[in-house]
Amino acid sequence: MDWQAFFLTLRLAGLTTAILLAIAIPLAALIVLGRSRWLAGLEALAALPLVLPPTVLGFFLLVLLGPRTGFGRVVTRMLGHPLAFSFSGLVVGSVIYSLPFAVQPLVAGFASIDPALVDAARLLGARPVRLVRTILVPLASRSLVAAAVLSFLHTVGEFGVVLMLGGDIPGATRTLSLVLYNQVENFDYAAAGRTAALLLGLSVLALVAVYSTSAQGHMRRGRRA
Amino acid sequence: MLDLVIDARRGGFHLEISARFAAPLTVIFGPSGAGKSTLLRFLAGLDRPDQGRIVFNGTALTDSALRTYVPPGRRSCSLVTQQPALFPHMRVGSNVRYGIPGKNAGIWARRVEEALELVGASDLIRRFPRELSGGEAQRVALARAIAVEPRLLLLDEPFSALDGTAADALLERLKPWLAERNVQTLIVTHNATDAFMTGAEVALLKQGRIIAQGPATQVLATERQRLLAHLQTD
Repeated sequence: MDWQAFFLTLRLAGLTTAILLAIAIPLAALIVLGRSRWLAGLEALAALPLVLPPTVLGFFLLVLLGPRTGFGRVVTRMLGHPLAFSFSGLVVGSVIYSLPFAVQPLVAGFASIDPALVDAARLLGARPVRLVRTILVPLASRSLVAAAVLSFLHTVGEFGVVLMLGGDIPGATRTLSLVLYNQVENFDYAAAGRTAALLLGLSVLALVAVYSTSAQGHMRRGRRA
Repeated sequence: MLDLVIDARRGGFHLEISARFAAPLTVIFGPSGAGKSTLLRFLAGLDRPDQGRIVFNGTALTDSALRTYVPPGRRSCSLVTQQPALFPHMRVGSNVRYGIPGKNAGIWARRVEEALELVGASDLIRRFPRELSGGEAQRVALARAIAVEPRLLLLDEPFSALDGTAADALLERLKPWLAERNVQTLIVTHNATDAFMTGAEVALLKQGRIIAQGPATQVLATERQRLLAHLQTD
Protein backbone atom coordinates (compact mmCIF):
# COMPACT_ATOMS: atom_id res chain seq x y z
CA MET A 1 0.00 0.00 0.00
CA ASP A 2 1.30 3.46 -0.94
CA TRP A 3 0.67 5.23 2.38
CA GLN A 4 2.32 8.40 1.16
CA ALA A 5 -0.31 8.64 -1.60
CA PHE A 6 -3.03 7.66 0.87
CA PHE A 7 -2.22 10.49 3.28
CA LEU A 8 -1.67 12.94 0.43
CA THR A 9 -5.12 12.05 -0.91
CA LEU A 10 -6.68 12.56 2.53
CA ARG A 11 -4.87 15.90 2.95
CA LEU A 12 -6.00 17.04 -0.50
CA ALA A 13 -9.60 15.95 0.08
CA GLY A 14 -9.74 17.46 3.58
CA LEU A 15 -8.29 20.79 2.51
CA THR A 16 -10.47 20.92 -0.59
CA THR A 17 -13.59 20.17 1.48
CA ALA A 18 -12.78 22.90 4.02
CA ILE A 19 -12.16 25.49 1.29
CA LEU A 20 -15.24 24.38 -0.63
CA LEU A 21 -17.52 24.75 2.39
CA ALA A 22 -16.12 28.21 3.07
CA ILE A 23 -16.93 29.17 -0.54
CA ALA A 24 -20.11 27.17 -1.07
CA ILE A 25 -22.05 28.28 2.04
CA PRO A 26 -22.09 32.01 1.14
CA LEU A 27 -22.46 31.19 -2.57
CA ALA A 28 -25.49 28.94 -1.96
CA ALA A 29 -27.00 31.52 0.40
CA LEU A 30 -26.56 34.20 -2.28
CA ILE A 31 -28.19 31.97 -4.91
CA VAL A 32 -31.17 31.21 -2.65
CA LEU A 33 -31.69 34.61 -1.00
CA GLY A 34 -30.44 36.99 -3.68
CA ARG A 35 -32.72 38.93 -6.01
CA SER A 36 -30.37 39.70 -8.91
CA ARG A 37 -31.15 38.14 -12.28
CA TRP A 38 -27.43 37.43 -12.70
CA LEU A 39 -27.64 34.77 -10.01
CA ALA A 40 -29.02 32.22 -12.50
CA GLY A 41 -25.79 32.69 -14.48
CA LEU A 42 -23.73 32.29 -11.33
CA GLU A 43 -25.55 29.07 -10.44
CA ALA A 44 -24.98 27.73 -13.97
CA LEU A 45 -21.28 28.62 -13.72
CA ALA A 46 -21.01 26.81 -10.38
CA ALA A 47 -22.60 23.73 -11.98
CA LEU A 48 -20.35 23.78 -15.07
CA PRO A 49 -17.78 21.26 -13.74
CA LEU A 50 -20.59 18.68 -13.61
CA VAL A 51 -20.82 18.54 -17.40
CA LEU A 52 -17.25 19.45 -18.29
CA PRO A 53 -14.98 16.43 -18.89
CA PRO A 54 -12.32 16.40 -16.11
CA THR A 55 -9.50 16.27 -18.61
CA VAL A 56 -10.86 19.35 -20.38
CA LEU A 57 -11.08 21.22 -17.07
CA GLY A 58 -7.58 20.01 -16.14
CA PHE A 59 -6.24 21.19 -19.51
CA PHE A 60 -7.78 24.65 -19.16
CA LEU A 61 -6.41 25.01 -15.64
CA LEU A 62 -2.99 23.79 -16.75
CA VAL A 63 -2.90 26.46 -19.45
CA LEU A 64 -4.39 29.17 -17.22
CA LEU A 65 -1.97 28.55 -14.36
CA GLY A 66 1.04 28.01 -16.60
CA PRO A 67 3.59 30.53 -17.91
CA ARG A 68 1.64 31.08 -21.17
CA THR A 69 -0.96 33.37 -19.54
CA GLY A 70 -0.56 36.65 -17.70
CA PHE A 71 -2.59 35.22 -14.80
CA GLY A 72 -0.30 32.21 -14.56
CA ARG A 73 2.81 34.42 -14.59
CA VAL A 74 1.36 36.67 -11.83
CA VAL A 75 0.53 33.63 -9.68
CA THR A 76 4.00 32.15 -10.25
CA ARG A 77 5.64 35.47 -9.29
CA MET A 78 3.48 35.72 -6.15
CA LEU A 79 4.07 32.15 -4.97
CA GLY A 80 7.62 31.78 -6.20
CA HIS A 81 6.70 28.62 -8.12
CA PRO A 82 4.11 27.64 -10.74
CA LEU A 83 0.83 26.23 -9.44
CA ALA A 84 0.77 23.52 -12.08
CA PHE A 85 2.44 20.27 -11.00
CA SER A 86 2.25 21.24 -7.30
CA PHE A 87 0.04 20.25 -4.39
CA SER A 88 -1.36 23.81 -4.20
CA GLY A 89 -2.31 23.55 -7.88
CA LEU A 90 -4.12 20.30 -7.16
CA VAL A 91 -6.09 22.01 -4.38
CA VAL A 92 -7.14 24.81 -6.76
CA GLY A 93 -8.16 22.28 -9.43
CA SER A 94 -10.03 20.11 -6.92
CA VAL A 95 -11.93 23.07 -5.50
CA ILE A 96 -13.14 24.08 -8.96
CA TYR A 97 -13.86 20.49 -10.02
CA SER A 98 -15.86 19.62 -6.89
CA LEU A 99 -17.62 22.98 -6.54
CA PRO A 100 -21.06 21.74 -7.73
CA PHE A 101 -20.94 18.84 -5.26
CA ALA A 102 -20.72 21.35 -2.42
CA VAL A 103 -22.98 24.05 -3.82
CA GLN A 104 -25.91 21.98 -5.06
CA PRO A 105 -26.80 20.14 -1.80
CA LEU A 106 -26.52 23.44 0.06
CA VAL A 107 -28.74 25.28 -2.43
CA ALA A 108 -31.31 22.49 -2.09
CA GLY A 109 -31.04 22.56 1.72
CA PHE A 110 -31.30 26.35 2.02
CA ALA A 111 -34.17 26.50 -0.49
CA SER A 112 -36.17 23.96 1.53
CA ILE A 113 -36.18 26.20 4.62
CA ASP A 114 -39.54 27.88 5.22
CA PRO A 115 -39.23 31.45 3.81
CA ALA A 116 -41.29 32.69 6.77
CA LEU A 117 -38.34 31.82 9.06
CA VAL A 118 -35.98 33.83 6.88
CA ASP A 119 -38.43 36.75 6.88
CA ALA A 120 -38.74 36.51 10.67
CA ALA A 121 -34.95 36.63 11.11
CA ARG A 122 -34.65 39.60 8.73
CA LEU A 123 -37.42 41.42 10.60
CA LEU A 124 -35.55 40.83 13.84
CA GLY A 125 -32.53 42.57 12.37
CA ALA A 126 -30.40 39.63 11.22
CA ARG A 127 -27.87 40.74 8.59
CA PRO A 128 -26.90 38.19 5.91
CA VAL A 129 -23.95 36.69 7.82
CA ARG A 130 -26.02 36.17 10.98
CA LEU A 131 -28.94 34.85 8.94
CA VAL A 132 -26.69 32.24 7.35
CA ARG A 133 -24.90 31.36 10.61
CA THR A 134 -27.91 31.14 12.92
CA ILE A 135 -30.77 30.07 10.65
CA LEU A 136 -29.72 28.62 7.28
CA VAL A 137 -26.75 26.50 8.36
CA PRO A 138 -28.35 24.94 11.49
CA LEU A 139 -31.60 24.20 9.67
CA ALA A 140 -29.79 22.72 6.66
CA SER A 141 -27.22 20.78 8.71
CA ARG A 142 -27.94 17.53 6.84
CA SER A 143 -27.29 19.27 3.52
CA LEU A 144 -24.05 20.58 4.99
CA VAL A 145 -22.97 17.04 5.91
CA ALA A 146 -23.97 15.82 2.43
CA ALA A 147 -22.03 18.66 0.78
CA ALA A 148 -18.93 17.94 2.87
CA VAL A 149 -19.02 14.18 2.26
CA LEU A 150 -19.71 14.47 -1.47
CA SER A 151 -16.93 17.04 -1.90
CA PHE A 152 -14.52 14.86 0.04
CA LEU A 153 -15.37 11.69 -1.89
CA HIS A 154 -15.35 13.41 -5.24
CA THR A 155 -11.88 14.77 -4.53
CA VAL A 156 -10.64 11.38 -3.30
CA GLY A 157 -11.80 9.76 -6.53
CA GLU A 158 -10.76 12.44 -9.04
CA PHE A 159 -8.37 11.37 -11.75
CA GLY A 160 -8.51 13.47 -14.92
CA VAL A 161 -7.89 16.84 -13.29
CA VAL A 162 -5.14 15.43 -11.08
CA LEU A 163 -3.34 13.83 -13.98
CA MET A 164 -3.57 16.87 -16.25
CA LEU A 165 -2.79 19.50 -13.64
CA GLY A 166 -0.56 17.67 -11.20
CA GLY A 167 1.19 15.03 -13.23
CA ASP A 168 2.27 12.11 -11.11
CA ILE A 169 4.87 13.36 -8.66
CA PRO A 170 5.30 11.10 -5.59
CA GLY A 171 4.71 12.99 -2.36
CA ALA A 172 3.45 16.08 -4.18
CA THR A 173 0.67 15.20 -6.61
CA ARG A 174 0.42 11.40 -6.69
CA THR A 175 -2.98 10.49 -5.26
CA LEU A 176 -4.55 7.07 -4.69
CA SER A 177 -6.36 7.19 -8.05
CA LEU A 178 -3.04 7.64 -9.82
CA VAL A 179 -1.48 4.86 -7.75
CA LEU A 180 -4.32 2.56 -8.80
CA TYR A 181 -3.84 3.53 -12.46
CA ASN A 182 -0.10 2.87 -12.25
CA GLN A 183 -0.66 -0.49 -10.56
CA VAL A 184 -3.07 -1.60 -13.30
CA GLU A 185 -0.67 -0.38 -15.97
CA ASN A 186 2.04 -2.53 -14.37
CA PHE A 187 -0.32 -5.55 -14.22
CA ASP A 188 -0.01 -5.57 -10.41
CA TYR A 189 -3.64 -6.55 -9.90
CA ALA A 190 -3.19 -7.67 -6.28
CA ALA A 191 -1.96 -4.22 -5.23
CA ALA A 192 -4.57 -2.56 -7.47
CA GLY A 193 -7.25 -4.61 -5.74
CA ARG A 194 -6.11 -3.42 -2.31
CA THR A 195 -6.01 0.24 -3.46
CA ALA A 196 -9.42 -0.07 -5.10
CA ALA A 197 -10.83 -1.72 -1.97
CA LEU A 198 -9.51 1.14 0.15
CA LEU A 199 -11.12 3.73 -2.15
CA LEU A 200 -14.35 1.74 -2.14
CA GLY A 201 -14.27 1.42 1.67
CA LEU A 202 -13.80 5.17 2.07
CA SER A 203 -16.75 5.85 -0.24
CA VAL A 204 -19.06 3.37 1.48
CA LEU A 205 -18.17 4.68 4.95
CA ALA A 206 -18.83 8.25 3.91
CA LEU A 207 -22.15 7.42 2.25
CA VAL A 208 -23.27 5.45 5.31
CA ALA A 209 -22.47 8.54 7.39
CA VAL A 210 -24.59 10.73 5.08
CA TYR A 211 -27.55 8.36 4.94
CA SER A 212 -27.53 7.65 8.69
CA THR A 213 -27.70 11.42 9.35
CA SER A 214 -30.51 11.63 6.82
CA ALA A 215 -32.35 8.68 8.40
CA GLN A 216 -32.18 10.34 11.84
CA GLY A 217 -33.71 13.42 10.25
CA HIS A 218 -36.58 11.38 8.76
CA MET A 219 -37.20 9.78 12.15
CA ARG A 220 -37.28 13.15 13.91
CA ARG A 221 -39.74 14.46 11.33
CA GLY A 222 -41.84 11.33 11.70
CA ARG A 223 -42.09 11.75 15.46
CA ARG A 224 -43.23 15.36 15.07
CA ALA A 225 -45.94 14.50 12.56
CA MET B 1 -47.88 58.59 12.25
CA LEU B 2 -47.77 56.47 9.12
CA ASP B 3 -48.21 58.00 5.67
CA LEU B 4 -48.30 55.74 2.70
CA VAL B 5 -48.84 55.79 -1.02
CA ILE B 6 -48.45 52.34 -2.52
CA ASP B 7 -48.91 51.10 -6.05
CA ALA B 8 -48.05 47.46 -6.67
CA ARG B 9 -49.14 44.76 -9.08
CA ARG B 10 -48.66 41.13 -8.12
CA GLY B 11 -49.95 38.85 -10.87
CA GLY B 12 -53.53 39.91 -11.51
CA PHE B 13 -53.82 41.71 -8.18
CA HIS B 14 -53.45 45.48 -7.99
CA LEU B 15 -52.81 47.16 -4.63
CA GLU B 16 -53.35 50.90 -4.79
CA ILE B 17 -53.39 52.61 -1.41
CA SER B 18 -53.06 56.18 -0.31
CA ALA B 19 -53.66 56.62 3.41
CA ARG B 20 -52.56 58.18 6.67
CA PHE B 21 -52.74 56.14 9.87
CA ALA B 22 -52.43 58.48 12.84
CA ALA B 23 -54.29 56.58 15.59
CA PRO B 24 -52.19 54.54 18.06
CA LEU B 25 -54.23 51.47 17.12
CA THR B 26 -55.68 50.89 13.66
CA VAL B 27 -57.55 47.84 12.48
CA ILE B 28 -57.28 47.04 8.79
CA PHE B 29 -60.41 45.13 8.01
CA GLY B 30 -61.19 43.36 4.78
CA PRO B 31 -62.15 40.06 3.21
CA SER B 32 -59.60 37.40 2.30
CA GLY B 33 -57.62 38.42 -0.76
CA ALA B 34 -58.18 42.16 -0.22
CA GLY B 35 -54.43 42.75 0.09
CA LYS B 36 -54.13 43.11 3.89
CA SER B 37 -51.11 40.84 4.34
CA THR B 38 -49.44 42.26 1.22
CA LEU B 39 -49.84 45.75 2.66
CA LEU B 40 -48.16 44.68 5.92
CA ARG B 41 -45.27 43.11 4.00
CA PHE B 42 -44.67 46.44 2.25
CA LEU B 43 -44.79 48.30 5.58
CA ALA B 44 -42.38 45.81 7.17
CA GLY B 45 -39.98 46.09 4.23
CA LEU B 46 -40.25 42.43 3.22
CA ASP B 47 -41.47 43.49 -0.21
CA ARG B 48 -41.10 46.66 -2.23
CA PRO B 49 -43.96 48.39 -4.05
CA ASP B 50 -43.59 49.12 -7.77
CA GLN B 51 -44.10 52.77 -6.92
CA GLY B 52 -44.82 54.61 -3.72
CA ARG B 53 -43.67 56.07 -0.47
CA ILE B 54 -43.97 54.91 3.12
CA VAL B 55 -43.13 57.48 5.78
CA PHE B 56 -43.21 56.65 9.49
CA ASN B 57 -42.91 59.49 12.02
CA GLY B 58 -41.29 61.70 9.39
CA THR B 59 -38.73 59.10 8.25
CA ALA B 60 -39.02 57.69 4.73
CA LEU B 61 -38.84 53.89 4.98
CA THR B 62 -39.56 53.32 1.30
CA ASP B 63 -39.53 55.88 -1.47
CA SER B 64 -39.40 54.54 -5.01
CA ALA B 65 -38.76 58.00 -6.50
CA LEU B 66 -35.71 58.61 -4.30
CA ARG B 67 -34.72 54.94 -4.37
CA THR B 68 -34.92 54.88 -0.58
CA TYR B 69 -35.43 51.52 1.04
CA VAL B 70 -34.80 50.81 4.70
CA PRO B 71 -34.44 47.02 5.06
CA PRO B 72 -36.56 45.07 7.54
CA GLY B 73 -34.92 44.95 10.93
CA ARG B 74 -33.79 48.57 10.64
CA ARG B 75 -37.30 50.05 10.50
CA SER B 76 -38.07 49.75 14.24
CA CYS B 77 -40.94 47.64 13.05
CA SER B 78 -42.13 44.18 14.12
CA LEU B 79 -44.51 41.93 12.24
CA VAL B 80 -46.42 39.00 13.71
CA THR B 81 -48.14 36.79 11.18
CA GLN B 82 -50.80 34.12 11.51
CA GLN B 83 -48.02 31.58 11.11
CA PRO B 84 -45.77 32.12 14.17
CA ALA B 85 -42.55 31.25 12.27
CA LEU B 86 -40.60 30.41 15.42
CA PHE B 87 -37.07 29.14 14.80
CA PRO B 88 -37.50 25.39 15.35
CA HIS B 89 -33.94 24.71 16.51
CA MET B 90 -34.03 27.31 19.28
CA ARG B 91 -35.82 27.25 22.62
CA VAL B 92 -38.51 29.84 23.30
CA GLY B 93 -36.05 31.98 25.30
CA SER B 94 -33.56 32.11 22.41
CA ASN B 95 -36.36 32.85 19.94
CA VAL B 96 -37.49 35.83 21.97
CA ARG B 97 -33.90 36.99 22.54
CA TYR B 98 -32.97 36.77 18.83
CA GLY B 99 -33.86 40.33 17.86
CA ILE B 100 -32.76 42.14 21.03
CA PRO B 101 -29.75 44.25 20.10
CA GLY B 102 -26.55 44.52 22.10
CA LYS B 103 -24.58 41.93 24.02
CA ASN B 104 -25.66 42.62 27.57
CA ALA B 105 -26.94 39.34 28.99
CA GLY B 106 -28.74 41.16 31.81
CA ILE B 107 -30.74 43.30 29.38
CA TRP B 108 -31.49 40.23 27.26
CA ALA B 109 -32.80 38.28 30.24
CA ARG B 110 -34.90 41.20 31.53
CA ARG B 111 -36.52 41.91 28.15
CA VAL B 112 -37.17 38.23 27.41
CA GLU B 113 -38.80 37.78 30.81
CA GLU B 114 -40.85 40.95 30.45
CA ALA B 115 -42.08 40.05 26.95
CA LEU B 116 -42.99 36.48 27.89
CA GLU B 117 -44.75 37.63 31.03
CA LEU B 118 -46.77 40.18 29.10
CA VAL B 119 -48.16 37.51 26.75
CA GLY B 120 -48.62 34.99 29.58
CA ALA B 121 -45.94 32.57 28.36
CA SER B 122 -43.25 32.80 31.06
CA ASP B 123 -43.47 29.07 31.79
CA LEU B 124 -42.62 28.20 28.16
CA ILE B 125 -39.13 29.70 28.15
CA ARG B 126 -37.26 26.36 28.10
CA ARG B 127 -39.47 24.65 25.54
CA PHE B 128 -38.81 24.10 21.85
CA PRO B 129 -41.41 25.34 19.31
CA ARG B 130 -42.39 21.74 18.47
CA GLU B 131 -43.52 21.35 22.10
CA LEU B 132 -45.96 24.27 21.88
CA SER B 133 -49.65 24.36 20.93
CA GLY B 134 -50.78 26.74 18.17
CA GLY B 135 -51.96 29.33 20.68
CA GLU B 136 -48.76 29.12 22.74
CA ALA B 137 -46.66 29.52 19.59
CA GLN B 138 -48.60 32.65 18.66
CA ARG B 139 -48.05 34.09 22.16
CA VAL B 140 -44.30 33.44 21.84
CA ALA B 141 -44.22 35.01 18.36
CA LEU B 142 -45.88 38.09 19.84
CA ALA B 143 -43.36 38.14 22.72
CA ARG B 144 -40.51 37.92 20.20
CA ALA B 145 -41.96 40.86 18.28
CA ILE B 146 -42.38 43.13 21.29
CA ALA B 147 -39.07 42.18 22.94
CA VAL B 148 -37.26 44.29 20.32
CA GLU B 149 -39.32 47.29 21.52
CA PRO B 150 -40.54 48.37 18.08
CA ARG B 151 -42.00 51.78 17.26
CA LEU B 152 -44.41 50.20 14.79
CA LEU B 153 -46.12 46.86 15.49
CA LEU B 154 -47.87 45.04 12.65
CA LEU B 155 -50.16 42.17 13.61
CA ASP B 156 -51.53 39.96 10.84
CA GLU B 157 -54.37 37.98 12.43
CA PRO B 158 -51.97 37.09 15.24
CA PHE B 159 -54.56 35.58 17.58
CA SER B 160 -56.23 33.21 15.15
CA ALA B 161 -55.18 30.14 17.17
CA LEU B 162 -56.47 31.60 20.46
CA ASP B 163 -60.08 31.39 21.57
CA GLY B 164 -62.01 34.69 21.72
CA THR B 165 -61.68 35.20 25.48
CA ALA B 166 -57.94 34.49 25.53
CA ALA B 167 -57.36 36.78 22.54
CA ASP B 168 -59.34 39.62 24.16
CA ALA B 169 -57.46 39.19 27.45
CA LEU B 170 -54.12 39.22 25.64
CA LEU B 171 -55.00 42.36 23.73
CA GLU B 172 -56.16 44.09 26.92
CA ARG B 173 -52.80 43.30 28.59
CA LEU B 174 -50.93 44.49 25.50
CA LYS B 175 -52.74 47.82 25.05
CA PRO B 176 -51.30 49.70 28.09
CA TRP B 177 -47.80 48.36 27.33
CA LEU B 178 -48.05 49.68 23.76
CA ALA B 179 -49.53 53.01 24.89
CA GLU B 180 -46.83 53.50 27.53
CA ARG B 181 -44.10 53.03 24.92
CA ASN B 182 -45.91 55.00 22.23
CA VAL B 183 -45.93 52.04 19.84
CA GLN B 184 -48.19 52.53 16.83
CA THR B 185 -50.04 49.31 16.06
CA LEU B 186 -51.80 48.05 12.95
CA ILE B 187 -53.92 44.90 13.27
CA VAL B 188 -55.14 43.07 10.20
CA THR B 189 -58.31 41.04 10.50
CA HIS B 190 -61.18 39.73 8.45
CA ASN B 191 -63.26 39.24 11.58
CA ALA B 192 -65.68 42.13 12.20
CA THR B 193 -66.03 41.25 15.90
CA ASP B 194 -62.26 41.83 16.38
CA ALA B 195 -62.60 45.22 14.76
CA PHE B 196 -65.40 46.25 17.14
CA MET B 197 -63.73 44.78 20.26
CA THR B 198 -60.50 46.75 19.92
CA GLY B 199 -62.28 50.11 19.78
CA ALA B 200 -59.64 51.21 17.33
CA GLU B 201 -59.81 53.26 14.17
CA VAL B 202 -60.77 51.03 11.24
CA ALA B 203 -59.60 51.13 7.63
CA LEU B 204 -61.73 49.10 5.27
CA LEU B 205 -59.67 47.43 2.54
CA LYS B 206 -61.37 45.90 -0.49
CA GLN B 207 -59.82 44.68 -3.72
CA GLY B 208 -56.55 46.43 -3.02
CA ARG B 209 -58.03 49.82 -2.07
CA ILE B 210 -58.91 51.49 1.22
CA ILE B 211 -62.51 52.49 0.67
CA ALA B 212 -63.32 53.89 4.11
CA GLN B 213 -61.50 54.91 7.27
CA GLY B 214 -62.80 56.02 10.66
CA PRO B 215 -64.53 54.68 13.81
CA ALA B 216 -65.64 51.05 13.61
CA THR B 217 -69.32 51.95 14.09
CA GLN B 218 -69.17 54.18 11.02
CA VAL B 219 -66.87 52.22 8.69
CA LEU B 220 -68.35 48.85 9.53
CA ALA B 221 -72.00 49.93 9.85
CA THR B 222 -73.11 47.33 7.29
CA GLU B 223 -71.07 44.61 9.00
CA ARG B 224 -72.61 45.65 12.34
CA GLN B 225 -76.13 45.35 10.93
CA ARG B 226 -75.29 41.96 9.50
CA LEU B 227 -73.88 40.74 12.83
CA LEU B 228 -76.89 42.05 14.77
CA ALA B 229 -79.32 40.47 12.32
CA HIS B 230 -77.41 37.20 12.63
CA LEU B 231 -77.56 37.31 16.45
CA GLN B 232 -81.30 38.11 16.42
CA THR B 233 -81.98 35.24 14.05
CA ASP B 234 -80.08 32.88 16.41
